Amino acid sequence: MSKGAKQWGLHLGIIALLFVLQFILPAYHHGNLARIMVLATFAIGYNIAFGYTGLLSLGHAMFFAAGMYGLALTMKFLGFSAATGLLAGIVSAFVLSLAVGLLALRTIGVAFMIVTLMFAQSVYLSILYFGKYTRGDEGFVIQQADRVIAGIDLSNPVNRYFAALVLLSFCLLVSLKLIQAPFGRVLIAIRENEERTKMLGYDVFRHKLASLMISGTISGAAGAAYGLLFGYAGASFATVQYSIFPLLWVLLGGAGTIIGPLAGTLFMFYLIDLLSEITSAYMLIAGVVLVLLTLFARQGIMGEVRKRVIRWLP
Amino acid sequence: MDLGPYLLLASMEGAVQAAVLALTAVGLSLVFGVMRVVNVAHGEFFMLGAVLAWWIAHMVGGHPSIGFMVALIIAPVLTGLVASVIDLTILKRLNYDPESTIVATIGILYILQQLVLMTYGADARPVEAPFNLRFYTPWFGYSYYKLAVIAAAIAVLLGVWLVMSKTRIGLILRATQLDSEIAQAFGIAVNKVYAIVFGAGAALAALAAVLIVPIQQAHYLMGADPLLLSFIVVIIGGLGSLRGTVVAAVLIGMSDGIISVFFTPTLAKILATLLVALVLVFRPNGLFGARAA
Repeated sequence: MSKGAKQWGLHLGIIALLFVLQFILPAYHHGNLARIMVLATFAIGYNIAFGYTGLLSLGHAMFFAAGMYGLALTMKFLGFSAATGLLAGIVSAFVLSLAVGLLALRTIGVAFMIVTLMFAQSVYLSILYFGKYTRGDEGFVIQQADRVIAGIDLSNPVNRYFAALVLLSFCLLVSLKLIQAPFGRVLIAIRENEERTKMLGYDVFRHKLASLMISGTISGAAGAAYGLLFGYAGASFATVQYSIFPLLWVLLGGAGTIIGPLAGTLFMFYLIDLLSEITSAYMLIAGVVLVLLTLFARQGIMGEVRKRVIRWLP
Repeated sequence: MDLGPYLLLASMEGAVQAAVLALTAVGLSLVFGVMRVVNVAHGEFFMLGAVLAWWIAHMVGGHPSIGFMVALIIAPVLTGLVASVIDLTILKRLNYDPESTIVATIGILYILQQLVLMTYGADARPVEAPFNLRFYTPWFGYSYYKLAVIAAAIAVLLGVWLVMSKTRIGLILRATQLDSEIAQAFGIAVNKVYAIVFGAGAALAALAAVLIVPIQQAHYLMGADPLLLSFIVVIIGGLGSLRGTVVAAVLIGMSDGIISVFFTPTLAKILATLLVALVLVFRPNGLFGARAA
């Protein structure tokens, strides 16, 4: 079997496994997994910028929030249907990532990290500032009756799981296709050595911009889906914490691997879930995991798997 | 009040802000300058200083000024020790790789913050000022303590400048900053220097926090604002330049104080954050720095 066929086989297998799981899992884990799949989509988006292109952003919460509020606000105030609301969310994230990319990508390294942090901070503060519409930290509920696409009620757990799976599968396969294509190779080249890539004649800025826009748009789609499936939009999703989470999930699962983000999100979700019997300070666990990862497992779970077992893991 | 006195009050408040900010930011700048390390946990060392100050002042008892003076010395020392231990156990083992250190210090940020939440709790608690004197302008009364904060900050900053430029320790630090490998070749124990610098940077933040804690209260989430503002200051001042850092701190602190008189605090923050982000985008080496980071 060729490398490409093996890669497709593996990822389609994982999607099939997730599809089958919904019939086996008890209700509690069924609900968890739907949530994990949406959050993992956010992580997949983050991974394209951070894992494959080497852009360490500390502001991806703004794209997630742009998607979420793009959907929630248009549905609440402009009377958009769920489907057009979803589209509005994705378009908001797309436009925001274009604007942020054009500005922030003029900087590199530490400055890029801080600029993205600050743009995200101003998005968060703006949500608070327009509290009259957004209801600030408290947030608002999206009515159950409105959460319907093509006659399918997305607040129903079975439909919700299926919708989350469709979103995750689409983004997973898109990112796989992207990384196999020459475009993805250039992104990896930029991550490994930006100067050399430039010297080889590639337009580094445009590739980075495209990467950030794909990354931001996928993150926004995850945010919009989160609002739609779980019926709530709040400013807490725009805080720094929600910029750190995808970084944590991607590092844990393995930066620069296609299934790493899913593995990391799944692992972290259940780690916090298990330890919540001992402590409610889940950010403490997140902090400890971050430090341990940098000290002992720089490649993350799937990175180690690639190094030791499956060499062709994309 | 007329606009004039209003502005006077705003700039006095701004000056207190600027003094504390300068101390905090110089700590961050020192660490970045000598070690080339971006310390995202810097705000938590600030918070640790304030919380320790509350604890110490609480334990010492007696006249508030005794507890405060003890805290002023012990809280920064303890915070510095914690930071040095973190440097030796974590950052050193990462070889100060830029990306890994950022991720690790994000982790440290949450560890410190949550540990304080679990032990100290979620309440904001005040520390009493060492003295409670006020003077009166024709328009408003003002606390002498706030002026003392400004004076203390200036004294400490002068001290840092003297140490950096006139002493043997400063010479070693500057040598390490210029080229750590050559410094090592000349017999400087670079690892020891790094541990001390990381501790000293944290101690400066803690000192700033002890000074401000009679004005603001100690709270486990108080590290976020100083962190963001210090980053802003260090970048605008030019990464690693102490003089630029102080000038930028005064600029940012003062304008933050004055802007928040005229706009609502949230709008002021949005404008300031966007403005600084744009400065970074178009002048990546800072307004005063010439050197590339």
